[in-house]
Amino acid sequence: MSARQTGTQALAFDSVSCTFPARGRARETYTAVCETSLTIADGEFVSLVGPTGCGKSTLLNVAAGLLAPTQGQVHVLGQRLHGLNREAGYLFQADALFPWRTALDNVIAGLEFRSVPRDAARESAMQWLKRVGLESHAAKYPHELSGGMRKRVALAQTLILEPKLLLMDEPFSALDVQTRQLMENELLNLWSQDVRTVFFVTHDLEEAIALSDRVVVLSAGPACHPIGEFDIDLPRPRDVQEIGLHPRFVELHAAIWQALKHEVLKAHGLLDA
Amino acid sequence: MWPWHVLLLAIVLAAWQILTKTEILPPFFFGEPLQVGSRIINWFVTGKIFPHLGVTLMETLLAFSIGTLLGLAAGLWLGLTPFAARLLDPYMTAVNSMPRVILAPIFAVWFGLGIWSKVVLGVTLVFFIVFFSVYHGVREVSPVVLANARMLGANRRQLLRHVYLPSATAWVFASLHTSVGMAFVGAVVGEYLGSARGVGYLILQAEGVFDINTVLAGVAVLTACALLLDRLVTVVERRLLTWRPVQAETGSQS
Repeated sequence: MSARQTGTQALAFDSVSCTFPARGRARETYTAVCETSLTIADGEFVSLVGPTGCGKSTLLNVAAGLLAPTQGQVHVLGQRLHGLNREAGYLFQADALFPWRTALDNVIAGLEFRSVPRDAARESAMQWLKRVGLESHAAKYPHELSGGMRKRVALAQTLILEPKLLLMDEPFSALDVQTRQLMENELLNLWSQDVRTVFFVTHDLEEAIALSDRVVVLSAGPACHPIGEFDIDLPRPRDVQEIGLHPRFVELHAAIWQALKHEVLKAHGLLDA
Repeated sequence: MWPWHVLLLAIVLAAWQILTKTEILPPFFFGEPLQVGSRIINWFVTGKIFPHLGVTLMETLLAFSIGTLLGLAAGLWLGLTPFAARLLDPYMTAVNSMPRVILAPIFAVWFGLGIWSKVVLGVTLVFFIVFFSVYHGVREVSPVVLANARMLGANRRQLLRHVYLPSATAWVFASLHTSVGMAFVGAVVGEYLGSARGVGYLILQAEGVFDINTVLAGVAVLTACALLLDRLVTVVERRLLTWRPVQAETGSQS
């Protein structure tokens, strides 16, 4: 058990299944997620890994309330989730910034939607831009920023609302390796200053181990479900470049990969089912 | 580049002038550029053109703005209401493919021979261009940006104001360049079919007496106005859409 676990549940999936109508064929369905139960404790950093095409993003969208589960239910901080998850901040895989707003106005957006007075919102947004190191780029539009800068604006945009739960859908997968490691360290840094629950989806095992308290392995789709959980007992604070050399990291990586390999092969049809 | 534009125009006009002067082309049917030019200058010096041009521009601007606003509103509404969109889709397509210029005499009967029958004709032309652009623009709003706005707490009204509207603006401007020309077509065709004022009326009068030079002068003045209006749209577009990446320009800037 992680030291950060305090016993309260930030997010709980209770035998959640998600079924979609199959594309192009009437009356046939595709089950993306099947009978998944998973709990995340308050303040815990949990990563979900699995082969591409499994229901990782589906689970995240269910947690966000963007998608209602076909069966089962989701509880957020002990309350059953109906509609959009108001406690959650969501960091998307693709660019989700408003292209018609400057970096500053993008960070302000959430406060603006909540009718926070303009001056207070501006000040708070400037502080967040400073925290992600972009105060000198406040007046730039997203297309004038690099991919890493856009991710940092997105991070500030989400964190300014102080969500109790942070949902992240392969947020750094589109970045080059160096930028990505910088962003991962930045995320760990922000997280250590202000611990909140993180539910992180990735297909990158190293990223998952380096960042998390716990790694959950998902089976290959269709009808994917968790097949293994691993507590990551690596010391914090961590540096994602250095932690990879830690002997315990190597051990954990080997153990988790053992569980994951089978599913990856299955996902690519390289294994007889 | 503009000196070359001027040069090309000068060459074409000179060739035309020479061909008609030497009567290779009969000037009675083809007009003479110098005559056309002096007709235009005469119009502006005597001020004879202003009441007509004023009426035509008024009709154009009214048709342009009313058509754009209606097209924007209808595009947003249908784009956001799938049921209404499915219900009205065949009718929208049908009305759009209808040759609406033919309706001008009917509009004249309904709205009289004043400016409004011309405005309505222009509106029917402008509306559909803007409507279809906005309609498709709304349906192609990035689902990720939309989901992000919802997660950041935007309600339905805020989604419309902060996501759909700015997203549609880019599409509206793309269509505005086409609709400026269409608004002019509406105004001039309307005048041509029945009016007592306007540049279309001037052209009709001149055609009645086979005065080709005056007809061409009218066309030239209208073209210049349309270009000017298009330029204005570009200026407003640049101001409103500063957030869009500037497309890389190729070629030398000379």
